[in-house]
Amino acid sequence: MKRFTALERFEIRLSGLGGQGVITLGKVLGGALALGHGFHVTQTQSYGPEARGGASRTDLVVSTVPISYPKAESVDLLVALSQEACNTYYRNMKPRGILVIESDLVRQPPSNFYLGLPFTRLARDKIGVPQAMNSVVLGALTWLLPFARQAVMKKALAASLPAKVLDKNLKAFSLGYSQAKKHFGPPPALWDGNGDETEEPGD
Amino acid sequence: MPTPRSSRKKRKEVFALGAEAVAEGALLAGCSFYAGYPITPSSEIMETMASRLPRIRDGVFLQMEDEIASLGAVIGASLAGRKAMTATSGPGFSLMQEHIGYACMAETPLVVVNVMRGGPSTGLPTSPAQGDVQQARWGTHGDHSIIVLSASDTQECLHMTVTAFNMAEKYRTPVILLLDEVTAHTREKITLPLPGEFEVFNRVVPTMPPEWYKPFEETVRGVPPMPPIGSGYRFHVTGLTHDVNGFPTQRPDETVDLNHRLFRKIDQFFHDIQVVEEYQTRDAEVGVVAYGSVARSARYAVDQARARGIKAGLLKLGTLFPFPKAAALRLLSSCRAVIVPEMNMGQMSREVKRVNGGRSSVRTLNRVDGQIITPSEILKALTQV
Repeated sequence: MKRFTALERFEIRLSGLGGQGVITLGKVLGGALALGHGFHVTQTQSYGPEARGGASRTDLVVSTVPISYPKAESVDLLVALSQEACNTYYRNMKPRGILVIESDLVRQPPSNFYLGLPFTRLARDKIGVPQAMNSVVLGALTWLLPFARQAVMKKALAASLPAKVLDKNLKAFSLGYSQAKKHFGPPPALWDGNGDETEEPGD
Repeated sequence: MPTPRSSRKKRKEVFALGAEAVAEGALLAGCSFYAGYPITPSSEIMETMASRLPRIRDGVFLQMEDEIASLGAVIGASLAGRKAMTATSGPGFSLMQEHIGYACMAETPLVVVNVMRGGPSTGLPTSPAQGDVQQARWGTHGDHSIIVLSASDTQECLHMTVTAFNMAEKYRTPVILLLDEVTAHTREKITLPLPGEFEVFNRVVPTMPPEWYKPFEETVRGVPPMPPIGSGYRFHVTGLTHDVNGFPTQRPDETVDLNHRLFRKIDQFFHDIQVVEEYQTRDAEVGVVAYGSVARSARYAVDQARARGIKAGLLKLGTLFPFPKAAALRLLSSCRAVIVPEMNMGQMSREVKRVNGGRSSVRTLNRVDGQIITPSEILKALTQV
């Protein structure tokens, strides 16, 4: 796998509904990228006053240099786990950003240029724990992000979860990783070197 | 000779919230008492203290019935010799105002963290704002002097909390640390300093025999020594204007002495209290004055402006009050225009305009929709002036 020596402001937005574990997912992903991979990472969060339901999102900025603005302005990777989130944040994406959706919950993707998996169904049917959905997403993102390493992510997941749910979540992580490998194809080449300035013809 | 244990320890890196960094800073500064009432977006400070304080020696954590009682308990703990703090957000901060005044009058060192959220009233509990800036300075009644600090990133949250405790102890005053929702809820990798790495200031205690002790006597620094209650030094604490012995007085000469000293103990140390950070200001032609999370947007905007050939510079305010006039004047004198972006309708720009005196053109950039001001908005303003 390609080692990234320079990565300037790679912006990830994870969005969905309150209760889906979006912010926990961001915390684990951010922690792994910051402590395990050694990047500069900021993770901010935005949620409504409700305990469940309502919009929930977390932004991660990943960089090899210190980060000034901690939120995402033009998103390289948007993960939308609800239709509403997809509709709201699609316009914040970079022209060549990648959209990852929960294909059961986002029935009307705003473009054909997206990657989708039924994360919730996978967690419920294959793992038996629908709450492990965010670990499935983490597995899929680990496959997708060219600078993320599987072992480091697993370690971060293990460090942040209580022992009684760890086993299921690690299974969910591996499921997400293998499903992404099978359905997403290789990590998008357009992120190589994070060259958002160079426009290549054709999507 | 064996190396001291601390020098062999490695600094630990953690991926922590701004709120968690505040708690780490408080513990490093020697805080051993927390009383509070949870409120979004400050609850993580309370949660961290709740789990950490019982594990340190003599650590006390109390959940009180409301914010009024919380600050009351903090004042009591401080008088008893503890370094004490509480954290809240706008609605709780309003409730604390009376006790903040009491702490000013009784010269009680303590730290109040206010994580600002959208207002007025209950407002936007989970969204950032900077609407409590002038309240932090003037919220309690009566003319008074107070120190208000702010922080913009996670590492700074830790740092500024230590600074807040140091200033509180050094000047025997309440210190307000103003954060906003974005700063408190941003997770970042921070390096935990080793104990002893930061200078930690402890309040001066009296050394004279107890029978000679006059609790509110004038001193060179204007800060009287402060014994913990119960240590043999007797003193009376009141919110009434008091004489050097701490008992109520109405005599004009004693009243003016007390009020002047309360101001002077902070005024004469502006150089120590006013913390600012200047970024690219040396040759700046257009300036930005910012604080809190907006300062991060401003820094990004300054970088982008520089890349476009605009000579922009940033004055980041660590201390909000007493207003860092000298640093602001340096920027105002060299820039043809100064932009003050803030998540309110112009609370800090008032201060910048006040000291400007026609040197520069001060522009406001305000946002009160519960969203942080983005770098592109500041960049646009920088290109238009």
